[in-house]
Amino acid sequence: MQKALLIDPDKCTSCLQCEMACSFEHEGVFNPAKSRIKIFEFEHGRRSIPYTCTQCADAWCLQACPVTAITRNRETGAVEVNDNICVGCKVCTIACPFGTINYNQDTGKVIKCDLCGGDPQCAAACPTDAITYVNADWTGYARMQASAESGHGRPA
Amino acid sequence: MGWQRKVLRVDLTSGTAKSEPLNMDWAFDYLGERGLGTKYLMENMDPKADPLGPDNVLIFATGPLTGTMASTSGRYAVLCKGPLTGAIACSNSGGKFGAELKFAGYDLLLVHGRAPKPVYLHIVDDTVEILPAEEIWGTSVWNTEEWIKAHHENPLLKVAAIGEAGERGVRFACIVNDLHRAAGRSGVGAVMGSKNLKAVACHGTVGVRVDDPARFMAAARRGHELLAKSQSRQELTEYGTNAMIDLMQQFGGLPTRNFQEVQFEGTSKIDPAAMVAVKPNGHRNLLANKACFGCTIACGRIAHIDHEHFTVVNRKEYWHASGGIEYETAYAFGPVVGVDDLDALTFAGFLMNEHGMDPISFGATLAAAMELYERGIITKKDTDGIELKFGNAEALTVMAEKTGKYEGFGQVLGLGSKLMCEKYGHPEYSMTVKGQEFAGYDSRALQGMGLGYATSNRGACHLKHAVFAEDMEDQTGAGKAKPCKDSQDRIAMIDSTGLCLFTGEAGWGVEAFQEQIDAACEGDWPLERLLETGERIWNLERLFNLKAGLTAADDTLPKRLLEDPAPSGTAKGKVSELAKMLPEYYAYRGWTPKGVPTKETLARLGLGANA
Repeated sequence: MQKALLIDPDKCTSCLQCEMACSFEHEGVFNPAKSRIKIFEFEHGRRSIPYTCTQCADAWCLQACPVTAITRNRETGAVEVNDNICVGCKVCTIACPFGTINYNQDTGKVIKCDLCGGDPQCAAACPTDAITYVNADWTGYARMQASAESGHGRPA
Repeated sequence: MGWQRKVLRVDLTSGTAKSEPLNMDWAFDYLGERGLGTKYLMENMDPKADPLGPDNVLIFATGPLTGTMASTSGRYAVLCKGPLTGAIACSNSGGKFGAELKFAGYDLLLVHGRAPKPVYLHIVDDTVEILPAEEIWGTSVWNTEEWIKAHHENPLLKVAAIGEAGERGVRFACIVNDLHRAAGRSGVGAVMGSKNLKAVACHGTVGVRVDDPARFMAAARRGHELLAKSQSRQELTEYGTNAMIDLMQQFGGLPTRNFQEVQFEGTSKIDPAAMVAVKPNGHRNLLANKACFGCTIACGRIAHIDHEHFTVVNRKEYWHASGGIEYETAYAFGPVVGVDDLDALTFAGFLMNEHGMDPISFGATLAAAMELYERGIITKKDTDGIELKFGNAEALTVMAEKTGKYEGFGQVLGLGSKLMCEKYGHPEYSMTVKGQEFAGYDSRALQGMGLGYATSNRGACHLKHAVFAEDMEDQTGAGKAKPCKDSQDRIAMIDSTGLCLFTGEAGWGVEAFQEQIDAACEGDWPLERLLETGERIWNLERLFNLKAGLTAADDTLPKRLLEDPAPSGTAKGKVSELAKMLPEYYAYRGWTPKGVPTKETLARLGLGANA
């Protein structure tokens, strides 16, 4: 079963444990500058939004890559960059409409979320379940349930 | 690791910035943050120096665990000699700035001298620039952060800045980072202003490593789990620290109307329930809770002001959300000044962060001014025509803004309550220790708290000791000396790790700190070593103060708390028993009856050279 990251911004407290977990998993160092997931704050922190790659089924970055360095992992559904092939041309960073693939000037390659091979560390580290890893076919399920339960003002 | 092993030294007089290796002997003896900062302060300045002169040294200090996955790893300290107190100032802050300084590769930032013209520091890893601050000098903290990020086209910069209050030497001016977090107490913002330093902006891409990653991550995860399961952590998450106001009201330890009383009739209008109540017009004060860097508690409040409220009805620029009230802000803008208008408290809180001032000291200073006014010692002629009576919400908000902008009577309030009350010939109405105003706990109801206030090295402070449980159980001064001293040493250690004190309030014992430090840092860090480090730090702070000219006579409380009994509550009829507790405390500390560390104590702690 393919799973996907489910992001619930209302639960995000901007603790940035996810950014550290990501860089630690991929680079062995606590370094938000190298995190594939970033938190964006608005209105003095009233809203904080975790943002990362959504693993497009028909990915712009994959299509744009001139050396076929980007492929889709059949098991996890993650769109992955092969560092051995990547030449750092950065055309994928132009192609992605979400900005979630970026260049790493230390390595000369691009980096993006790869779901940690099926055990995403951001979700593991998140203290509030703002990031969870759920059935990819049912990311909307919890919201549907909450909406159904609310009754929309009808008498019980 | 844990440490970056690098210190950035800036001399604003000569306009130079250079990095140097961290003194590892000092790191092994003092750990980091508060302890290591104190050692660097001792070795880099004369404690007799003028706090607002160029020979004061301003230090931004992270801990070895700052910027790691330990929960609450966002803490850093700002150290200098405090202009409010003439004693050592060590102010603690969270937010994101401290972690960013660590990610840029530095354990400490030392700032010497005074720039000839206003400047700010721009730090991106190894690249350090001292840049002109003409365009932001004279503007607010919020404007400063916005300008710097836009000017450098770098939204990833983290900014610590002062407002006009710091520039103009308001004695309790603070340094605000990330818009609504602060190194709040003792006037560290005024020191930054005296150096013509407007802001420090930092972006780091180097990252932080630990000595034993596998063991560290296992310890960090255990720490996370402890907090996740903790009931007291859940309360902090849900209510913030303001849950304390209902407890203190019930107990009778809530300083009201400049400590004339210990209970306040308006508490229910400014407590956590009030913060989530929905007004008839649909307005609700509290919007969300947020965390500092690395923190899995998230006690921070985000709130907004009712757009119809008198303070902001014609001021759209204040209609946005920002940092909401915590307990200390609630006490300082609520009971101590007699105000029960939640929107007024919230607005005044916004002003503190916008202009860079300590709410505790501002509120307690205003309370003293209100008592002077009600007793007829000052009049409307002094107070710009404002009726400075207890309970006047408009007086609170107007004076907060005047002080932030250093206008009119705000210039007098900006002296802090000790100098202000002395100016009007009535020092007895200033509720301070060593010149610093009390926090929201009355020493007559909480005896051990009173001892802690009197002996804290940075003046009246509620955070440097922890005898709350003992005080709630036994309202006499008996047996308070030991838990006071022990907790002071333990907290000095915690304040030196880079983690937040609130983990101790939310489920962690000392073992949790010990495990994570031992795994992250080189060398062995058994519990005894860590606790001894805390005791060493406390004694070094004491030595700084003794060299600065403080004596045992400064370890005291105002007459009101020593002689005027609490008028109500569980401590009705009681005064502080400081006279009984203090000698016991000195003895337990291994100090002389005059409060000086003995040669034996100093030798035991490796401080013999400082005797």
